[in-house]
Amino acid sequence: MSVLVFLETSDNQIKKSALESISYAFSMCKSQGGEVSALVMGNPSNLGDAGKYGAATILQVSDSRFDQGDAQAYAEALAGAANEVGAKNIVLAKTALTDSAIARLAAAWNAAALTNVVALPDFSKGMTIKRSIFSGKAFEFLEVNSEKNVISIKKNAVELSENPAAGSVKTFSPTLSSKAFSVQQMSSEKAEGEILLPDAEIVVSGGRGLKGPENWGLITDLAKVLGAATGCSKPVSDLHWRPHHEHVGQTGIKVSPNLYIAIGISGAIQHVAGISSSKVIVAINKDPDAPIFKVATYGIVGDAFEVVPKLTQALKDSL
Amino acid sequence: MTLQPNFEHHSMNILVCITSVPDTTSKISFSDNNTKFVSSGITYIIGPYDDYALARAVELKESAGSGSVIAFHVGEADSEPVIRKALAIGADEGVRVNAPAKDGFFVAKQIAEYAKGKNFDLILMGRESIDYNSGIVHGLVGEFLGITSLSPVMKLDIEGNSAMLEREIEGGKETLKTNLPLVLGCQEPIAEWKIPSMRGIMSARTKPLHVIEPVAYSSGFQSEKYELPAPRTTCKMVSDSNVEELVTLLKSEAKVI
Repeated sequence: MSVLVFLETSDNQIKKSALESISYAFSMCKSQGGEVSALVMGNPSNLGDAGKYGAATILQVSDSRFDQGDAQAYAEALAGAANEVGAKNIVLAKTALTDSAIARLAAAWNAAALTNVVALPDFSKGMTIKRSIFSGKAFEFLEVNSEKNVISIKKNAVELSENPAAGSVKTFSPTLSSKAFSVQQMSSEKAEGEILLPDAEIVVSGGRGLKGPENWGLITDLAKVLGAATGCSKPVSDLHWRPHHEHVGQTGIKVSPNLYIAIGISGAIQHVAGISSSKVIVAINKDPDAPIFKVATYGIVGDAFEVVPKLTQALKDSL
Repeated sequence: MTLQPNFEHHSMNILVCITSVPDTTSKISFSDNNTKFVSSGITYIIGPYDDYALARAVELKESAGSGSVIAFHVGEADSEPVIRKALAIGADEGVRVNAPAKDGFFVAKQIAEYAKGKNFDLILMGRESIDYNSGIVHGLVGEFLGITSLSPVMKLDIEGNSAMLEREIEGGKETLKTNLPLVLGCQEPIAEWKIPSMRGIMSARTKPLHVIEPVAYSSGFQSEKYELPAPRTTCKMVSDSNVEELVTLLKSEAKVI
């Protein structure tokens, strides 16, 4: 069972989630035989990490057109790379880029697409995959009998572990059809230097309890001390207090950080669905009956405008 | 010489694919040894993302002045209310593929099979269904039909044969230009949800709703069982005058900072 992983980069670094996908693929190979190959676009500064976490071979593509996230081009390159190394399974970390590429990849490569996967496959009878469904409210176990599979894993589906392998780099030039790069990117806006919500180990989120966008300094100050990403509830994004890409919840971004801090968020079932796979949840809310306390690990009943600055200061003093 | 009004609108033919899913407030549970989803007591709605796609489809057709919007759904007869609602919102015709929506591959195959040769300008749907969340149907349909697919689309404008659209990317958005036809996975704020008018509800009753039989498709995997997340432990309360205790707990007990 040779497995191909995709090494997505951000700011010329292989993303941590992509390194997790190497650990995932390594575990698959460890129980089923075979070795891990990886596909990378460009020359990230931490390319050596790919070998450290278990990639035996790295196919490296040098084509700056891939800087734009053209799903069609990525799908074709991934299928080509899998055929090149003889892999029957492709593992990718779930991101905005891979989300739009995996379906085309699966259809073109004649494979099953297994998405939102939260754990290693169980090989005790064939291959069973555990995936998150109902936006985090439940899990589903799938019996897979497809020969080829595209597996998209959620953050923390596996522990990141070092498994030194050769990590030998080979140049790879995928054959691309005329459909690749046919969409023209006119412009893009991206928050610079911010920690991205889906990648973050710690997320600080604010809700309507913050009363208005002018008070968001409370959230960003706390996030800064913790090195956290900032998020918000749906009403906050609907009211345009914060940009849409910060909306955490069932119809927004589902996060799985180690620590999620919910400030002035009541904890509607839709919001809770989007944070349910967080390891630790802290709730700060002035209403002791707010449903957020039912899912929180730690809670403070109090006025966010008083508690949060004190918490930020206490963290500054202790970190 | 009489002045001719400008009738050079591009007629828009749009296929909108809608799911029937449990309302976002639904509590999820399973029966029969965790092998069956319990649907009793569940209110079914048009998938929230599909609802945005539908609203934009109706707007685009109206501004084009001609064309049609077909609401397409894979599901059994009991899910027809979502199609009637789509008709009430402004779709011209409904199509129901008479089969349970087994998985994303099965659904995508039905859409592609129906759309083949019909020259739709746009095939719109939500970025993902909110029940099984695979988010693959638009990409699969695009690949099956050999046309461009993009998701998640937050803004869509059509000029002649070209589309200008905004797509959400991690930490921001990008503006893209490409040609029709397109398959798009949509999300807010592409349009405001539309509430059916009384006139819309009345006219929906007489609009055509075609029922067709599915094409066979095997997806290479099947659902074996379900599981609910383990209940969270009781919340440990900290006094609002002692935030230092929370810092200590996060450091020494939870070990997350």
